[in-house]
Amino acid sequence: MTDSPQSPSLASSASPALESLLDEARSLRWEVGTSFHEELIEAIYTDAARIADRAVRRPDRKPRFDIDRSIDRLLTSRLWGFPAMFLLFTLIFWITISGSNIPSGWLSYVLVDRLTPLLRSAADALSFPWWLRGFLVDGMYLATAWVVSVMLPPMAIFFPLFTLLEDFGYLPRVAFNLDRLFRKAGAHGKQALSMMMGYGCNAAGVVSTRIIDSPRERLIAIITNNFSLCNGRWPTQILIASLFIGSLVPAYIAGVVSALAVVGVVMLGVFLTFAVSWFLSRTVLRGEVSTFSLELPPYRPPRILQTIYTSLIDRTLIVLWRAVVFALPAGAVIWLISNIPIGGTSIAGHLVGILDPVGLLIGLNGVILLAYIVAIPANEIVIPTILMFTVLITGAQGVGAGAGVMFETDSETTLRSIFQSGGWTVLTAVNLMLFSLVHNPCSTTIYTIYKETGSWRWTAVATLLPVGMGVALTFFVTQVWRLAAGF
Amino acid sequence: MNPEPAAAHTPSAEACESCALFRASQLKKLGVILEDWDHVIALAGNPNVGKSTVFNSLTGLRQHTGNWPGKTVTRAEGGFEYGGSRYKIVDLPGTYSLLSTSVDEEVARDFILFGQPDVTVVVADASRLERNLNLVLQILEITDRVVLCLNLMDEARRRGLELDARRLARDLGVPVVPAAARQREGIPELLAAISDVAEGRAICRPHRLRTESPVLSRAVTGLEEKVRAALPDLPNPRWVALRLLDGDERIAEALRSGELARLGSASASRAAASSAPGEMPEDGRETTREEGSA
Repeated sequence: MTDSPQSPSLASSASPALESLLDEARSLRWEVGTSFHEELIEAIYTDAARIADRAVRRPDRKPRFDIDRSIDRLLTSRLWGFPAMFLLFTLIFWITISGSNIPSGWLSYVLVDRLTPLLRSAADALSFPWWLRGFLVDGMYLATAWVVSVMLPPMAIFFPLFTLLEDFGYLPRVAFNLDRLFRKAGAHGKQALSMMMGYGCNAAGVVSTRIIDSPRERLIAIITNNFSLCNGRWPTQILIASLFIGSLVPAYIAGVVSALAVVGVVMLGVFLTFAVSWFLSRTVLRGEVSTFSLELPPYRPPRILQTIYTSLIDRTLIVLWRAVVFALPAGAVIWLISNIPIGGTSIAGHLVGILDPVGLLIGLNGVILLAYIVAIPANEIVIPTILMFTVLITGAQGVGAGAGVMFETDSETTLRSIFQSGGWTVLTAVNLMLFSLVHNPCSTTIYTIYKETGSWRWTAVATLLPVGMGVALTFFVTQVWRLAAGF
Repeated sequence: MNPEPAAAHTPSAEACESCALFRASQLKKLGVILEDWDHVIALAGNPNVGKSTVFNSLTGLRQHTGNWPGKTVTRAEGGFEYGGSRYKIVDLPGTYSLLSTSVDEEVARDFILFGQPDVTVVVADASRLERNLNLVLQILEITDRVVLCLNLMDEARRRGLELDARRLARDLGVPVVPAAARQREGIPELLAAISDVAEGRAICRPHRLRTESPVLSRAVTGLEEKVRAALPDLPNPRWVALRLLDGDERIAEALRSGELARLGSASASRAAASSAPGEMPEDGRETTREEGSA
């Protein structure tokens, strides 16, 4: 931006005078010596202290009980900081999981089981050709309906809760707790803050690394930001955990166990953030760790109603809208490639056939891998895409097929039966949760990384490193699992 | 539709109209509508003092706010209309100083310097005044059209602190408005102060830093004169001298490339044509960097 176009006459005429000015400044700098910067800072601090002292009157004696200090003593304590963090997050996921089950079932009953047949008969009544009906209803509408019914309830509960925690002032305390670990990993402590931002959206998290001054530590923060689960991936984790992990245990502890599974994935993400930061800072991004001061803001009583309103409008609806925008064309594409045959098999069938061996090797399947490719623009549509492909390719019946056919009021059972018809096991579910944490960032984030780093090389590293790690991780888990099951 | 006779018959209405609270009802939040503004307002301050909350309550936008430092790292822009003038307001990243070199600090400083805001509103945490003043004093070196918004007064009260806003205003030489933006307290007064400074009804005589050592003050004064001679229209020669003495390459570069010279002539032409509002130099936008560079 310094080389912006300028009138050459002005520059050339002003140049000699300006150059002499700069020379003067240079020689004066020699005279005043290196202490100038310190003296300047000193002058600022002295004046600030003097002026503040005249304007502020402090209370005569300290209040006996300082609530902020007492809360901090617990939440940032070396002993209790981490358990408190763990408990708080588990509580939030537990509320989300147990709270979203009922509205989720209700939404899928209305949108999928009731409205789909209605739309089909409407299309028939208007004598649409079968392919148009399939394209519009089974493709675009059904994908959107699934996005809404699968994602809306958990988001509508999780986002307000998380925002309340944020408003309260808890996130900097998390950063404070993690700072020591980041320093040990050779990264900047402020990375904890960009990591927190990543829990909302990785693209925003990548932009927020601007608060880190050292380019080396900033790159580390950018590359590892993807290990923070984003808006688009929370619903996947929550849904799969409650469908498969929660169902392993008796119903009365299912919610807690599912919540613990999600917290486990989050913790794994934090661990990977440290591990990869450590690795990078000891190999390609070697250098000194900068120091910084982190301000712990006062706890503020959250404005509950306003928070609920804005987090519903700003986060839930925006994320949902983005998912719908991507789901509509994705649904169309999914329906098309599932229904256009080449040599007797649909395109999707061919693709799944190609991907299946790789998928099975890492404990997933071809459908899931294809869904991840389709969902590169938005992580939000991974689950709906998997559902669509499973239904269309394996021919799982009864999903909105009409009243009476495998009709379930409980959406969980319906969903689980679809997944099981696709040959899913608990291993598939575990690996899907792992792969959802450790895979390439969405295309928006990739583009943001390029904009922030200005380097295709680092963008490629940030994109491909997690995919490689995800494949390695799921492969390892699968082999161990199968070995253990063999005995 | 004809207020003249009515006002003459009811003197109480006149008193109401001069009241800040009445004027606040003339606030029209314009959201992201940013056409034809008369004045540009920059919103600066330390991290986590409620800049985004002030921004939201003026523009009606819902820029994400949260209780932690470092949320806003890019500029957010919005608009509002007040007292017959249209304002564009720019929410800058929160910074502790303007001296160091991270991208967010550069975004903030470049806008205050090159974006030439008509008023820079510095939002400060009333319960941590001393530390917040460090930034205020640095901004007062760059520009004298400043309004200090003493936010989070509710927290200061909770801690039993008493703040003397009038004394602070006298010491700093700029209007000081106590506020609690989360409760919308002080927003009408803030609007009135912004409009006073923007329309030239209030003239600021900002506090300037003093250095103890005579060697330093001589160097600063000498260089300031040189800068003034080279670029007579520049509004803040002393600050440029300070930065040059501090070895600030960014400012030396801006001097060399003619960026500062253009700034000076723009501000001179603006002063000359102050009767013709709505004519902001358009390079305010392009000189402020949106993307970070690594």
